[in-house]
Amino acid sequence: MSHLSEDVLARARELVGLYPHPRSALIPICHLAQEQDGWLRPEAITEIADMVGLTPAEVLGTASFYDMLHTEPVGRYLVSICTNIACMLRGAYDLLEHAEQRLGVRPGGTTEDGLFTLEDAECLADCGRAPCLQVNHRYFGNVTPEAFDQVIDDLTAGRLDSEVPTHGTLIRVRREGGLRVDGQQIAEERAAMAERRAEAAGGGGGGA
Amino acid sequence: MAITEPPKILTSRLAFEDSHRLERYLATGGYQGLRKALAMTPEQVAAEVDAASLLGRGGAGFPAGRKWSMLRKGPIPYLVVNGDESEPATFKDHVLVERDPHQLVEGVVIAAYALQVARAFIYLRGEFALGLERVQGALNEAYAHGALGRDIFGSGFSLDIVVHPGAGAYICGEETALLESLEGKRGFPRIKPPYFPAAIGLYGEPTVVNNVETMSNLPWIISNGAAAFTALGEGRSTGTRLFALAGHVRNPGVYELEMVKTTFRDLIYAPVLGGGILHGRELKALIPGGVSAPWLGPEHLDVPLGQDEVAACDTMLGSGSIVAMDDHTCVVRAAWRITHFFWRESCGQCTPCREGGGWLEKILRRIEGGAGREEDLDLLMDACDNIAPGVSWPPQQTTICVLGPSIPSSIASAIRMFRDEFLLHVKEGACPHG
Ligand SMILES: Cc1cc2nc3c(=O)[nH]c(=O)nc-3n(C[C@H](O)[C@H](O)[C@H](O)COP(=O)(O)O)c2cc1C
Ligand code: SF4
Ligand code: FES
Repeated sequence: MSHLSEDVLARARELVGLYPHPRSALIPICHLAQEQDGWLRPEAITEIADMVGLTPAEVLGTASFYDMLHTEPVGRYLVSICTNIACMLRGAYDLLEHAEQRLGVRPGGTTEDGLFTLEDAECLADCGRAPCLQVNHRYFGNVTPEAFDQVIDDLTAGRLDSEVPTHGTLIRVRREGGLRVDGQQIAEERAAMAERRAEAAGGGGGGA
Repeated sequence: MAITEPPKILTSRLAFEDSHRLERYLATGGYQGLRKALAMTPEQVAAEVDAASLLGRGGAGFPAGRKWSMLRKGPIPYLVVNGDESEPATFKDHVLVERDPHQLVEGVVIAAYALQVARAFIYLRGEFALGLERVQGALNEAYAHGALGRDIFGSGFSLDIVVHPGAGAYICGEETALLESLEGKRGFPRIKPPYFPAAIGLYGEPTVVNNVETMSNLPWIISNGAAAFTALGEGRSTGTRLFALAGHVRNPGVYELEMVKTTFRDLIYAPVLGGGILHGRELKALIPGGVSAPWLGPEHLDVPLGQDEVAACDTMLGSGSIVAMDDHTCVVRAAWRITHFFWRESCGQCTPCREGGGWLEKILRRIEGGAGREEDLDLLMDACDNIAPGVSWPPQQTTICVLGPSIPSSIASAIRMFRDEFLLHVKEGACPHG
């Protein structure tokens, strides 16, 4: 039996079919695996490697480059507090300190109950509402210490379940319609283009 | 200067709660630009964009029409849209992607038609969870509406668009790193030349890369014509631009303003825009164009917001973001935080960037923490000089991409403008701002 669920596998196969080369689906599929497990478990990495035609080490090596792909477990909620310049000017480090105290962990740490992982983040592109944060990559802006406590209370009580889904940035993304990519068709398209390019280069006096 | 009231090219729908839905889009002129484009030849569409002098909105400001024409000599397989938006203090594409995704999609279809590509990718930073949903939602609606897919609006032109998530890496905004990332690899910028991914792009094939805001301008340009676009702004800086204002202002936010007709002072102080500095304080310095740009002081407030006008002050309009810092700001800390960012986000391929960034970060942290030494200022400038010889603007290139040579910008600016404050940190071991 596979580690990744039928649903994740089906969506992963669909992703592979969207690209001229399967490897392009690597990052999107990693997001799907995190939707299921919260992080990239070794079993998931092995199955992803199979799907995109790489070795598990290659998948891990690529994934480890990206901040959003976790090669170690994280809490149910990933709380990312931006401390970059615009947020810093509006009190982000005070907010981070408050968060450390409230959650009892340092950036990178996870609370004992496994609910929260705290993160010191770079600019989240919401600087107009500084200081801001994301929980599982859903925005909260103009966050005061009181507002922070409220968010944590609401999350703990399950009051934000519709605003803040569990992990996976693609969890609510579904593709409907569109041309399906067929490997054969792409190969033909590419060959025809290469031919036309060669013609253009040869016949057009080497303009390009 | 008086603030002009140009037509809203990019933000006309933002007042609507459902600005992201097809119904609203169609009720407000949506997909009319595309219909018009499809009735023209691809060459005519490209010529219109060229005539509009649409400068790229991603940071470098290269004219979109010129970029396209460099390539249009042969077939182009791919169009890639850069929605990585990770330059600190830049948050305008975020608005476009979440609040008007159809405008972006229409722009991409128009560009794809002009370039005759059959496949386009919209790369969005992975943290845009809602943005990914909204753009995919718009694509789904566009397919169903016939504005995308096979035989668009009966024109015979077909296009597929795939929205692709990043996964948290600033460097993937650099276009060649973005292509590596889209290929499923680490985001390592590629060695130049070629200077544009134009020639050897995605999967080694010709590829056009353009920013989200650049694309979002196209429906209006085609609907209203290049002449209407060039009637706005001045010189090379035509049309409007989204300016993302942040920091110590009363009303931070994204403002669409006519190019060149507005100054930094208008943007920061006008009651309908920034509303002035918070708590009635004074402006100490501002960072134009993203944190890669050298800073400006209050003496530059009357500089117009145009590409060449800002470039004339030895900095850049860049990504269109402006950070205002008030007179209580510790500039050592500000420079440290920006350097900390670059150091953290360096991809590590080039020694000056990887090692230099680390040194600079450490020295700044030492000074900020009150343990700095007199010779540290020279040491900082020395290290800066090693990363970008001469520490001039635009910086000299010693690395594969311009992230590395951007590191000295904030440090050199802060030391040049506020040397005394640095010395005070060193001599007194304390910050005058507490
Ligand atoms: C380190 C670095 C980060 C960049 N980040 C972005 C980005 O987030 N978004 C963007 O559109 N361009 C970014 N750029 C610029 C792109 O390389 C490229 O010039 C741009 O996407 C081209 O589109 P345009 O011509 O429409 O502006 C970045 C460049 C560098 C060197
Ligand atoms: S300059 Fe820095 S970020 Fe750019 S390629 Fe070199 S090491 Fe990587
Ligand atoms: S600096 Fe915090 S979101 Fe941009």
